[in-house]
Amino acid sequence: MNNEQFNDRNVSENGYYLVDIQDYPTTGWDKFTRVVRRTLRGELFVGLWVVLREMIRFDIHTVKYPEEKMPIGPRYRAVHEMKRLWESDAERCIGCGLCEKICISNCIRMDTKIDANSRKEVTEYSINLGRCIFCGYCAEVCPELAITHGGEYENASDQREHFILYEDMLTPLDKMKAGTQLEFEGFGAITPHEDERVKKTPLAY
Amino acid sequence: METAYLIETVVKIVAVLLIFSALAGFGTYFERKVLAFMQRRLGPMNVGPYGLLQIAADGIKLFTKEDIVPTGVVSRIFKIAPVITAATAFMAAAAIPFLPSFTMFGYTVNPIVSDINIGILYILGVMGIGLYGPLLGGMASANKYSLISAARGAAVFISYEVITGLSILAPIMMVGSLSLVDFNNYQAGGIGDWIIWSQPVAFVLFWIAAFAETGRTPFHLVANDHEIIDGFGTEYSGMRWGLFFIGEYANMFFISFIIPLLFLGGFGDGTFLGALAFLGKVAFFFFFFLWTRAAWPDVRPDQLMWLCWKVLMPIAVINVVITGFVMMF
Ligand code: SF4
Ligand code: SF4
Repeated sequence: MNNEQFNDRNVSENGYYLVDIQDYPTTGWDKFTRVVRRTLRGELFVGLWVVLREMIRFDIHTVKYPEEKMPIGPRYRAVHEMKRLWESDAERCIGCGLCEKICISNCIRMDTKIDANSRKEVTEYSINLGRCIFCGYCAEVCPELAITHGGEYENASDQREHFILYEDMLTPLDKMKAGTQLEFEGFGAITPHEDERVKKTPLAY
Repeated sequence: METAYLIETVVKIVAVLLIFSALAGFGTYFERKVLAFMQRRLGPMNVGPYGLLQIAADGIKLFTKEDIVPTGVVSRIFKIAPVITAATAFMAAAAIPFLPSFTMFGYTVNPIVSDINIGILYILGVMGIGLYGPLLGGMASANKYSLISAARGAAVFISYEVITGLSILAPIMMVGSLSLVDFNNYQAGGIGDWIIWSQPVAFVLFWIAAFAETGRTPFHLVANDHEIIDGFGTEYSGMRWGLFFIGEYANMFFISFIIPLLFLGGFGDGTFLGALAFLGKVAFFFFFFLWTRAAWPDVRPDQLMWLCWKVLMPIAVINVVITGFVMMF
């Protein structure tokens, strides 16, 4: 999907124009002529014609939701996902806890331990989607691009608490093996041409 | 003879009640569909084929919902108000000839409950009483939006009734009768005889007033959702609200019958073709009610009163005077 049309804020070139508003009539005669003019101009029939034309054209825009779905933008912030590393298929999350710390609605809880290779390993990780406001801070703060938002928005539930666990968010291994893991383009993602913009740190530091 | 007449009348009354209650349901379906198509939507689609069973679903919902009478309302008036709306709507139907008379099993049927000689006066009067439904319901509801709606109802009422009466006066002078059957027979000679050609101003005025009478969109200010929630209907639930609803739609249908009868030749000479043409005209006027709802904005109460008293009433009076002079000379 193309983001350009969303980023274009240059309204003056998009066919916007100022509406020509006439002064309010002050004298009785002016008011009278305005009424007569408006009555005889037949604008009501323009309105009637427009809706009838649309009915005859039958150009229906309804999306029959459960059967059809609108495409959503790549930056859409829906239910979180946990990504894997492309090189090793290992989990990207290093258990640093930054996402838990920054979450403004306190809905991330995690627990870690040091595993056999002295690597920090996530043992528990859950997000209470009932409290999450989908602000995207966790995705932005994550140093490893591990937690991101995904495109799954159908998370209706019959209770306020609706937890999603680490295993549910993690990209499945078979999907990883097939090379179909999608990178998130929104909050916290690497911007395009990142390599060219990186400045090397001088050795003197 | 006497018993036969009684049985016939009762059968007619039951038929009118059943047919128009059902039509009110279909009316909502058509309204949703037409509005949807005009707004590039599909309307109800999921209940039954093309959403046709939506009517049944709505009916079941209305009938089985809890009937709530809130504390603080004037309960007796609160309870009687919806009945007034629905009952008067159907009472007005008594003097409307729905179709030309036809013969069935060797028995001549006049599809009019009672051809009283003051038909139009009766219909307008009874429909006028119908406005007491919203008025009383709104005032008894102990809800400020309902109260505003009742006040608006009164304002609308005193405005449009004048126009209805005055605009219809000129055709009545020409026909010389108040019976709708006489009106129909007066125009039975074909399209050239239609009263619309001799009374176009009266036709337009009556049509405008009909919108105020039924409370349809340009004059929907009694129950404007975006201003005063549902107006007089805010506190109502279940079948009491349903009665208001049926009354409104039945009114729309009956007005759609009356306008062609008065101005567009009705069912003409009473042949099958004439009856078909009549139903076609009725369908057009009903469709027009839905059409304007998709196309036109609502006016404010003061604008409606301004329109009725300062614009339409003078025109109607002048129309009556001119008709009088033309008939005199
Ligand atoms: S999106 Fe915001 S609220 Fe939701 S888990 Fe992330 S930081 Fe917390
Ligand atoms: S998801 Fe990201 S921010 Fe959260 S603990 Fe893992 S690496 Fe740290």
